[in-house]
Amino acid sequence: MKRFLISLLFFILLIMVWAGCTGELAFLGLSDSLWSPFVLPSPSVVAQYLWDNIVNGKIPLSMLITLRRLLIGYAIGLILGVPLGMLSARFRCVSDTLGVLALGLQALPSVCWVPLACIWFGQTEAALLFVVIMGTLWSVLLSTQNGMRSVPPIYARAARTMGSGPLHTLVFVTLPASAPFVVSGMKQGWAFAWRSLMAAEIYVSVVSGFGIGQYLHYGRELQRMYQVIGIMFIIILVGLLADKILFSPAEAWLHRRWGTDKE
Amino acid sequence: MHDKLEQEINAFPTAKLSVEHVCKDFHTRNGAVRALDDVSLTINEGEFVCFVGPSGCGKSTLLNIIAGLEKPDSGLALIDGVPITGPGRDRMVMFQEHALFPWLDVIGNVMFGLKQKPNLTDKERLEVAKYYLFLVKMDRFAHANIHELSGGMRQRVALARSLAPNPKILLMDEPFSALDAMTRERLYGDIQDVWAKRRKTIIFVTHNVREAVCLGSRVVLFSPHPGRIREQFAVGLERPRNINNHDLADLSMQITSALKGYTAAESD
Ligand SMILES: Nc1ncnc2c1ncn2[C@@H]1O[C@H](COP(=O)(O)OP(=O)(O)OP(=O)(O)O)[C@@H](O)[C@H]1O
Ligand SMILES: [Mg+2]
Repeated sequence: MKRFLISLLFFILLIMVWAGCTGELAFLGLSDSLWSPFVLPSPSVVAQYLWDNIVNGKIPLSMLITLRRLLIGYAIGLILGVPLGMLSARFRCVSDTLGVLALGLQALPSVCWVPLACIWFGQTEAALLFVVIMGTLWSVLLSTQNGMRSVPPIYARAARTMGSGPLHTLVFVTLPASAPFVVSGMKQGWAFAWRSLMAAEIYVSVVSGFGIGQYLHYGRELQRMYQVIGIMFIIILVGLLADKILFSPAEAWLHRRWGTDKE
Repeated sequence: MHDKLEQEINAFPTAKLSVEHVCKDFHTRNGAVRALDDVSLTINEGEFVCFVGPSGCGKSTLLNIIAGLEKPDSGLALIDGVPITGPGRDRMVMFQEHALFPWLDVIGNVMFGLKQKPNLTDKERLEVAKYYLFLVKMDRFAHANIHELSGGMRQRVALARSLAPNPKILLMDEPFSALDAMTRERLYGDIQDVWAKRRKTIIFVTHNVREAVCLGSRVVLFSPHPGRIREQFAVGLERPRNINNHDLADLSMQITSALKGYTAAESD
């Protein structure tokens, strides 16, 4: 509780400073904005923009479009990445080929896939999905692989002595044993998917739907700084919420129960 | 149906185990290590044999070969005259680390091996699992998660898990080495109790000579580089034994000095 209050206080202070710099705290004598509102709009202008566009449904609609892209791309990334990561953990020849490829491609920031996607797919949904999948797949693959490798071999040995065959061991021992690592991989994959989709939406403006990243792009085109900042808030919020509500609690719970937490 | 349960719990399968001229090398970057060198050993039905020896003398390797987790380079391990080709439900292993599955609760762990046993219904399996948890005095914790148990409790659950499928042979690799003296002493009582009631063949690996003399009806001494059996001692002390008993202390002194003899000769 105390830590929460400290955080809260910090952010209130931060907004106050922002308001002060943009001339919103007239009662403190800070009535002049240090910068032009083109450069730094005041908090109330940004809030007004957000409020208007949430109420008139524009932001919720673009959120829907963005989340749909995100979920499809993320799902495909998982469906490919988790099993491939398992194969790569299990078979030397897969990890020497696919594993090395994944290592290389993961080092590539996902925005670097955008030009390639644009040439291959044009300004289409497919280009967006492709970028998201490329951003997600490799990191999910690698973290699943590392996760499976860190499953203590003693579990499989114990299962074998109790009469488990190879398939039974895989399904009832290795899979559950690697759950905390796979979830950590999924969490990382989600973060990567979110970053790649934003990069893609900023550069690829498709007619099939106006995503949140595209709002950001047009905010720049139209010189609307309040839109740029407002949308940035939304992007931060989505990333934080998914992490703090969905992934981190699941991950913490699994690591605690499995005894794999780092303490 | 009750008869069947009774029978499942009270059947006393025991087995004669023999190891004949077993050799095992491990190949590492620094060349080959001879973990076992021409080791032969016979263990009778219902015997409680303790393996003692310094670190690296091949005790675990021999145990793993008997468990079927590893294959000897030459020589044979046989149960009732049949060569061991892989792991089997007739031999349960209790590992040094607890090796319980944290995604299952206590009873789920005990059930794991039972579930692979065909001729039982799920209800009977549950009854059998409960019986063994009762035997190790863990029945109150049937639905606890593994991470909520203390080290000693985990070892007791591991014991129940390895007993539940009613194996002929119980292989225990330093199962109590990570525990404090008090807990260990209690477990000595438990394991002697189980052995007396269930009449299993038990192989128990330890570094602790006192522990070996307290538990075993025979103590087998190993020496390292290459791993060999050096000497065997029959322990005729009356049971149940207390680790602080005088005669027991005398015998373990005797064995310890024998053990020191090899290690001293080794380092010369
Ligand atoms: N997987 C392996 N790879 C390479 N060498 C091994 C392997 N397992 C065992 N060894 C070697 O074989 C020898 C015997 O090992 P083993 O584990 O059987 O010893 P131990 O008697 O159980 O020792 P401890 O009491 O320390 O557990 C050691 O010298 C060890 O270095
Ligand atoms: Mg060992």
